[in-house]
Amino acid sequence: MSEEVISTDAVIVGAGPCGLFAIFELGLLDIKCHVVDILDRPGGQCAELYPEKPIYDIPALPIVTGSELTHRLLDQAKPFKPEYHFNQMVTELRKLDDGKFELKTDGGIVFHAKVVVIAAGGGSFQPKKPPIPGIDAYEGQSVFYSVKKMEALRGRDILIVGGGDSALDWTLNLQPIANSLTLLHRRDDFRAAPDSVKKMRELVAAGKMQLKLGQVTGLTGDNGVLASAQVKSTDGNFNIAANTMLPFFGLTMKLGPVAEWGLNLHENLVPVDTAKFETSTQGIFAIGDINTYPGKLKLILSGFHEAALMAQEAFHHIHPGERLLFQYTTSSSSLQKKLGVA
Amino acid sequence: MAKITFIQHNGTEQTVDGQAGMTVMETAVKNMVPGIDADCGGACACATCHVYVEPGWLEKTGPRNPMEEDMLDFAFDVRDESRLSCQIKVSDVLDGLRVRVPEKQF
Repeated sequence: MSEEVISTDAVIVGAGPCGLFAIFELGLLDIKCHVVDILDRPGGQCAELYPEKPIYDIPALPIVTGSELTHRLLDQAKPFKPEYHFNQMVTELRKLDDGKFELKTDGGIVFHAKVVVIAAGGGSFQPKKPPIPGIDAYEGQSVFYSVKKMEALRGRDILIVGGGDSALDWTLNLQPIANSLTLLHRRDDFRAAPDSVKKMRELVAAGKMQLKLGQVTGLTGDNGVLASAQVKSTDGNFNIAANTMLPFFGLTMKLGPVAEWGLNLHENLVPVDTAKFETSTQGIFAIGDINTYPGKLKLILSGFHEAALMAQEAFHHIHPGERLLFQYTTSSSSLQKKLGVA
Repeated sequence: MAKITFIQHNGTEQTVDGQAGMTVMETAVKNMVPGIDADCGGACACATCHVYVEPGWLEKTGPRNPMEEDMLDFAFDVRDESRLSCQIKVSDVLDGLRVRVPEKQF
């Protein structure tokens, strides 16, 4: 937790392809960027939803994977020395009296920025909550979708649900400090890293934890304190005694805090004009999947175009009255200097 | 062309025209069938287009592919008749297909 305020020209909310390209476009205009993303790595949907899937509609790249596109964009943005802040969700955005914007993250980072670029795609990735009847009552006390402090779970009887990397990683991390630990998965096959699966099976063989196959259908407990989970399986139903449950069913996109920033919204999207890609608040821009305007197409290439036009207006917002000379990277020695190629 | 019927959790039915080559998920989204979220747009990367194939149709829709089987780990209440609708391609064989939409994708 840092109380220090980071002052910068621009804060970009979202490190997906559009956010990354915005660093480049703003950088050409000498606008320094900090980039915040809720995921633990850059790429947004390209990283979380389809890192290995080919994309066919990026101009001049007949075929590129989400992961490769992300790496290329990171390389392209590198000369501008952006600073990235991962595992952070921007929770608050407000205008200060001096015209700057204050942004706060759930990790305690505070930014003061001259302009804000919302490139948050479909919103923030948040853990899926399994629709088990009555689960809400246990959340925060017995049911957790992520682990903030491992120590808080010491000595507990833990039930972990899932078969992916999060489920297996937390199984291995928590087993030594849990009173008891059960991993529940719907089948005896795991998509998690084979090495983690092997370690988990060794712990089961050594009698240090249990592996059960099935799916949770209900929970029982009292006053938010879990006592047991009801499980259905192909061999019948059974209960697992646990006072703590960690379900890991992947992530889903939710608009999240963007809705609370005082911007006009239309069907969970941020309306912008198509000359500046500015929101209803001057100095706050929205590009990529999160914005809407007549004719909008949710394509990465549209977001790239939006980033270029947004950068022009961001420059004028930061330097009122100053003339901006339009230049090409192929011929401008000043742009080439910024790119480190001159 | 194939008629596809989506049955909601509350029993409401909606029958729409599916075009050969499109997926059942795309057919649902195009016709604004509620309950097929399809967050990832058909990349088999999110498990939010989960459906239950009605009895009698499982043979025609075919088995799950391995990637789909993995992704179903991220769905809730997976049953023998569970499929991700982005992985079912519409064809004439599927004319009359009936699938059930879960109460919640998540």
